[in-house]
Amino acid sequence: MTHLLEIDNLGKRFGGFVALENISLAVSPGERLGLIGPNGSGKSTLVNCICGTLRNETGAVRFDGHQIDGSSAHQRTHRGLARTFQLPRPFVSLSLLDNMRIPLLYTVTARGERKSAADIESRCFDLLREVGLEEKARRLPRELTQVEMRKLELARAMAAEPKLLIADESMAGLTHSEVEDILTLLKRLNAQGVTIILIEHIMRAVMSFSQRLVVLVSGRKIADGDPERVMRDPDVERAYLGQ
Amino acid sequence: MIFSFDLLINALISGILIGGFYAAVTSGISLSFGILDIVNIAHPAFIVLGSYVAYIVNVNLGFDPILTSIIATPAFYALGAAIYQIYYVSFEKRGQESLRGLAFFFGLLFITEVTLVLYFGVDYRYVEAPYIGPTWHFGFIDIPLRILAPSLVSMLLIAVLQLLLTRSFIGRAIMAVAQDQLALKLMAVDPIRIKRIAFGISIATASLAGAFLIIIQPVEPSVGREYIGRVFAICVLGGMGSLPGTVIAAMLVGIVESLTSTFYGPSWAPAVSFGFLLLTLAVRPAGLLGR
Amino acid sequence: MRSDVFFLVCLVIGGLLYAAAVALGNDYYFFAGYVVLQYIVLATAWNILGGYCGYVNFGSAAFFALGAYSTVAIHRLHPMPVPILVLFGGLVSGVVGLGMGYLTLRLRGAFFAIATLALAVVLQTLVVNWDYVGGSRGAYIVRPETIAPFGSYIKYLFLIMLLLAVGAITVARLIERSRLGYGFATIRDDELAAEASGVPTLQLKLIATMISGALMGMAGAPLPYYIGYLQPSSAFGLEYAVNSIAMPMIGGTTSWVGPLVGAVLLGSLQQIATVTISSAVNLLIVGCLLVGFVIIAPNGIIGLVHRYIQHKPADIVGRRRATADAPEPAP
Repeated sequence: MTHLLEIDNLGKRFGGFVALENISLAVSPGERLGLIGPNGSGKSTLVNCICGTLRNETGAVRFDGHQIDGSSAHQRTHRGLARTFQLPRPFVSLSLLDNMRIPLLYTVTARGERKSAADIESRCFDLLREVGLEEKARRLPRELTQVEMRKLELARAMAAEPKLLIADESMAGLTHSEVEDILTLLKRLNAQGVTIILIEHIMRAVMSFSQRLVVLVSGRKIADGDPERVMRDPDVERAYLGQ
Repeated sequence: MIFSFDLLINALISGILIGGFYAAVTSGISLSFGILDIVNIAHPAFIVLGSYVAYIVNVNLGFDPILTSIIATPAFYALGAAIYQIYYVSFEKRGQESLRGLAFFFGLLFITEVTLVLYFGVDYRYVEAPYIGPTWHFGFIDIPLRILAPSLVSMLLIAVLQLLLTRSFIGRAIMAVAQDQLALKLMAVDPIRIKRIAFGISIATASLAGAFLIIIQPVEPSVGREYIGRVFAICVLGGMGSLPGTVIAAMLVGIVESLTSTFYGPSWAPAVSFGFLLLTLAVRPAGLLGR
Repeated sequence: MRSDVFFLVCLVIGGLLYAAAVALGNDYYFFAGYVVLQYIVLATAWNILGGYCGYVNFGSAAFFALGAYSTVAIHRLHPMPVPILVLFGGLVSGVVGLGMGYLTLRLRGAFFAIATLALAVVLQTLVVNWDYVGGSRGAYIVRPETIAPFGSYIKYLFLIMLLLAVGAITVARLIERSRLGYGFATIRDDELAAEASGVPTLQLKLIATMISGALMGMAGAPLPYYIGYLQPSSAFGLEYAVNSIAMPMIGGTTSWVGPLVGAVLLGSLQQIATVTISSAVNLLIVGCLLVGFVIIAPNGIIGLVHRYIQHKPADIVGRRRATADAPEPAP
């Protein structure tokens, strides 16, 4: 089976500091992958390298059969990669509706689909409705609560109609029911065919969501497999308890 | 273009000495931009202000310009601290440093230059001192004292700054605030106060750099403008905030400028630093995450 | 209002202004009006890159002067009608803008801003050393006294600049409401998130730099005819650098209205002031106004007006207003 995302021996340094070393990973279409690791283990760096915000120095990244190492971030988004940011980064001078509009205008239409202005507008409302934000469609992001910002972040990523979505700590600081909300949303997305990589610290969410679990410690991958088995792995235990 | 070994050697030496001076000029930017990430494009204007301060005292009281500038440093420090406070309250706190912060400093640059024009007019001004005029000769090597003296004192200034940054508490706090403000707060040090001090020191160096400038060349209000590209090029080339790096970069720029000036003509000097600026910007790790 | 309708409305208003100036019977109004119109173009052009995209260009004088000097260079080759020279000026400055943008726009906005400052100095050095256009001695352009059917030549220049001004604000308004305008806004707000959403930021920034530079070049192209004698110090003058930033920032950077308001207000004030007080004091006041507004009223005059009307902060982008009170019902 061809993998949707293939990472081959990826490495990234910042000056003398090795952030990622020999990371190899394959993600199949439709998979739900969990990515965990202590703070500073390189999870966000890995996301940045996959999505093009950073360039990897060694190794290769292949998406949907294409080598994407040299592509810019927006090109990767056009190919079907989407991500949320750990700290939400909404477009602060645009309304929520317009925040949705951007991926539609620049990613979806770039793929060749012609949409009328009315289509786009209604699609924006649909997206906001999916995350329960359509009441606030014409408001500015700064009027949102933390949870709502994270939902906006997810909605905007979904607006790009991705094949693979990387959700980077979308649930940090949320209550139990809020976490459930986001999980339900992600599972629904997955059921619609979107491959999802979930990066989280909330173990309950990761365990219930992931079909496969990858553990990153100090820039290296130390485990990759069935979630239950991975959590019982002595290396993984040591990595977490030894912190 | 007449190539001769004598010219080459003299150009090299001149370049090194001027480079020393450039290092002093850039040291302020190394602090404010390299370490604190504040794009103070008005810095050259403050240097020119320092030149005029040295000029007034020299013309009216006959004091040595370098001495004057040292005495003036507290005033420049206070100016820097005040400017930082305004900058912080108006921009940094609100997270609007980019567009508005730049416009703010541009406004300051402009106001300073125009005020100097209003007060002093556009004529070139120069100072008098015993070391301005004589030239030491070693065989075919000519070293004008008016370049040697400021260059040596510049190196002294850099050495003092480096000691300050690495050995003193304030200095290390400044280096720390660039890296981790939260950690600093947890150690009961107010990061804003540290940044204010750092920016104050940055402007204080302008006082000295100004004296050096007017010793080396006659000054009129707009000479600061050609230094803008130069100082940022040197700062970036030198590794953003590393004083030793700044010295090496400054010497490099000084040498290339001197060689260009000797063999192609002095009017091309600004183009050299601009070229350096573009080159260093191109060579830096690309990508939207900046440095 | 559709853009072509807007364009026509502005032309009509401009036409009325022209007629009023003719009725006043004094050519001075055309001389002064030309300068204000020129600033409308410069301010609007600056704002396309500065206000919409968030990239500060300190070298407006360079693009403006390039337009002026391309006129001189072409005139020496073969005199041409002013409208053609305007197009050439736009072309030259647009290309230089593109080139410089290509070199510097991959990096942080701060580096771009510094590079524009350095560029202005370098271009001035180049021009000063270029004898073909007169170098530091300057260049004379002999302009005809009158030109049919307008009468005095200045009326003709005024009309050209009027057309440019109307064109500039129409273009700015068009951009604002277009897909391009949304893209620009995301670059200003958060470039990383823009890229992640699929916005080709470098491409858009280059487009903005090109349009901005071209408009500035077009504004500069008629200058040699206006003043008759062009020197590097006047073409690269301080007043262009500071005004092209001060006018949009004081007027308001979020839409095409701001630069227009800023240019008309500040431009007119300066025309009056130059007659009564010295031009250096004049510039000092502009500089102080810039710093003052940037600190106190970051959204400029239109920001203040909105705050007064709605009692709400006004971070808005053109027509994309969001109300902070009762939510609108979903369709």
